[in-house]
Amino acid sequence: MDMSTPMGRGPKMKLVMVGNGMAGVRTLEELLKLAPDLYDITVFGAEPHPNYNRILLSPVLAGEQTVDDIILNPTDWYAENGIHLHMGRKVVKIDRSARFVEAEDGTRADYDRLLLATGSNPFILPVPGADLPGVISFRDIADVDAMIRASSQYKHAVVIGGGLLGLEAANGLMKRGMDVAVVHIGPWLMERQLDEPAARLLQKSLEEKGMKFLLQKQTAELVQGESGRVAAIKFKDGDSAPADLVVMAVGIRPNTELAESAGLHCNRGIVVNDTMQTFDPRIYSIGECAAHRGVAYGLVAPLFEQAKVCANHLAHYGIGRYQGSVTSTKLKVTGIDLFSAGDFIGGEGTESILYSDPLGGVYKKLVLKDNKLVGGVMYGDTVDGAWYFSLLRDGKNVSELRDHLMFGQDHCGNLGHQGINKAATMTDDMEVCGCNGICKGDIVKAIREKGLFTLEDVRKHTKASSSCGSCTGLVEQILAVTAGGDYSAAPKTKSMCGCTDHTHEAVREAIRENKLLTIPQVMQFMEWRTPNGCASCRPALNYYLISTWPGEAEDDPQSRFINERAHANIQRDGTYSVIPRMWGGQTTPAELRRIAEVAEKYAIPSVKVTGGQRIDLLGVKKEDLPKVWADLDMPSGHAYGKALRTVKTCVGSEWCRFGTQDSTQMGIDLEKVFFKMWAPHKVKLAVSGCPRNCAEVAIKDVGIIGVDSGWEIYVAGNGGIKTEVAQFLVKVKTPDEVIEYSGAFLQLYREEARYLDRTVHYVERVGLDYVKKKILDDADNRRALYERLLFALSVERDPWVERAREGKLKHEFETVAA
Amino acid sequence: MNNWTDILDVDDIPKLGARVVRHGSLDIAVFRTADDEIFALEDRCPHKGGPLSQGIVHGRKVACPMHNWNIELDSGCAVAPDHGCAREFAVRVEAGRVWLDFTEAVSATA
Repeated sequence: MDMSTPMGRGPKMKLVMVGNGMAGVRTLEELLKLAPDLYDITVFGAEPHPNYNRILLSPVLAGEQTVDDIILNPTDWYAENGIHLHMGRKVVKIDRSARFVEAEDGTRADYDRLLLATGSNPFILPVPGADLPGVISFRDIADVDAMIRASSQYKHAVVIGGGLLGLEAANGLMKRGMDVAVVHIGPWLMERQLDEPAARLLQKSLEEKGMKFLLQKQTAELVQGESGRVAAIKFKDGDSAPADLVVMAVGIRPNTELAESAGLHCNRGIVVNDTMQTFDPRIYSIGECAAHRGVAYGLVAPLFEQAKVCANHLAHYGIGRYQGSVTSTKLKVTGIDLFSAGDFIGGEGTESILYSDPLGGVYKKLVLKDNKLVGGVMYGDTVDGAWYFSLLRDGKNVSELRDHLMFGQDHCGNLGHQGINKAATMTDDMEVCGCNGICKGDIVKAIREKGLFTLEDVRKHTKASSSCGSCTGLVEQILAVTAGGDYSAAPKTKSMCGCTDHTHEAVREAIRENKLLTIPQVMQFMEWRTPNGCASCRPALNYYLISTWPGEAEDDPQSRFINERAHANIQRDGTYSVIPRMWGGQTTPAELRRIAEVAEKYAIPSVKVTGGQRIDLLGVKKEDLPKVWADLDMPSGHAYGKALRTVKTCVGSEWCRFGTQDSTQMGIDLEKVFFKMWAPHKVKLAVSGCPRNCAEVAIKDVGIIGVDSGWEIYVAGNGGIKTEVAQFLVKVKTPDEVIEYSGAFLQLYREEARYLDRTVHYVERVGLDYVKKKILDDADNRRALYERLLFALSVERDPWVERAREGKLKHEFETVAA
Repeated sequence: MNNWTDILDVDDIPKLGARVVRHGSLDIAVFRTADDEIFALEDRCPHKGGPLSQGIVHGRKVACPMHNWNIELDSGCAVAPDHGCAREFAVRVEAGRVWLDFTEAVSATA
């Protein structure tokens, strides 16, 4: 009987997991979210503990946390999810033809799918005495217990290995009161993460704490004392040192013993493909034991990415792929600030920027290649680590930041409200997320108590960084500081949302290349995971469809956020606000009279002048909206939409004694041409009639400044969450040129930006040079872009007219009395 | 014993959408999924009272328009880790008509 039929109604399929560690259990958690009833799950763990956070063994050793603090899934969790848990039972055999595994004690379990998450083993130096009592590694709770016991009875500890793990062990033992010497074969500490100057600073500050170092020493032998326990360490150069406890931390090896015995292909790890399957497709492997494209990862972030992909495949979605990760390192020794990522040594074709202050204990090095950050190491001041890491991961062109790069994010034009706050120096009651009122203490508490690892987790549990996103960097820092390592590394490519693994770009391309015209078509074609998407992908898909196929793809009101469905802005009490369009900010006595009458007739409680030179009627009942629009008899202001908002103007040459150009008329003309334009996000324009710039064009998506000889066009400014000054695009002579160039830029943005990216984000991503190439250097392309925009606008109608005069979608505004 | 009131046609509710039914001072959101399942909840998000009827319906959930909490239509409860439930009302569909029971709120403690 073949049990692999996924949708069969018969008994559940059997999933067996060997290894009860972080990567494996995360896979089960992801799987239970996707397909809670698909498998009957059995877990074997060699250790007598449920899943715990191995990364936090160092703080346990240092006495900063207890074993209970670091348990991630108590045994209740397994029971609640119907998982059969065999703790303290090591699996020693896999029978791939009969499909069962067997533990040392004879316990057997049949499988339809097998997941090998056996992790890694510490490497033990093959020297005489390596098997003596008192010689241990630093890998699990048992090792930590042994170290804590030894520290209460003995004096001299020797740690072999001056890498990340060795230094954390040494630090813990020192805090437990032992004399600790670190033996290291290399010329400096942590050579896989640090260059020599940074390592010297680290060594100096650890020496100040009392740690001793024996560098460039090779262990020859561990010597037995009278008690039978280890008593000393001997080196190849003849030196020796006392040692009542020896901790070997010279590296780890993927634990492939079981896989090899079952004939699975292994090469420095169990070899897996991009869906985490081994050469036997029924058997998956993830975590430190797995070798993906030749790399066995040892950090949490990549392992969790693997877990996601593996769970996706086990749940029969089968569309996720793991494509490798970029990783970064942070040392978890209290009081030591150290961060490294990528290629921090550099070499041919790279250049380095250095900052060195040995007395102040600060060292930073950034390595660049082709104007991109490819690596860096920081000691003493790591507040910008997360920022550098994100620049590195995203492969962003940093040529324009270069002069200020070394001095951190604050010196690179970030005028956002959170610029001065830094995670490490913040107190618990300081606010991190200004949108949702979340303080640092709330986030730290959630990370500790709920065992959170990723930015996504923190967003879900605390809401921090889930609204405007400007505090994301800060939340990532808090996560790194609290959770003790860099857990927040994101995948190389970003999927649209949880419903798909495809990127925005891939989805747009599919819509264009295959002429997809409806949301269900896209979801079927791109194999969406959910039946009809979510509140984040549906509005994006709707925009991509109507912007790619204007006049052919039909707008789907049910996939619009309420404001764009009701064509008014929902307010906190459930009423709406109405902002009629005033071309270029100009109005007439007749319009003002109608606005006043409407406000009185419908008892509208608040009337306010907006920042965009228009008038806002606040507190309108939804059922009154069509009548309000009819009585106003003014065009929709689209103040509720990802669309053209206002074109702000100054009075210009008609009245102003300084004015050089008729900016008001220019603004009115622009607004009339671009009226009804939907976009990836809101779009604001402004026109000033002279360089005094009263219309504040520097913070607009498109800003025009009239000068005596013509018009200057600026693009990609932003006055919102992150203040960004618009960049100069071109100077033109005539109003017609202003409209064509501006229109071409906006159409480029409409066609290529990701949904919810403002022009500033789009231009930041593609670079201004690219925009210039498309619009300035290629006149045919510019005209084609502009023509496409005009065509798209020609099929749009004023939504207020349709609803107020023609009864379109009447049901939207009617309640049913009962 | 249920106390049913005949309310509206299934087709009066847009697919993946909702209508508001006003009963005295009580607003009830009546949802329709892609598969024409009908659910009725009090039109108040358990978070800050946002009108759930105005949210985007996806699968058997609705995303509140105020702060994007996802509410399960079949229980009225927020998707974890958020918690809290909107009152749920019994619904019956017969011959294309939707019937509601205003008196008997379904247990909202699920």
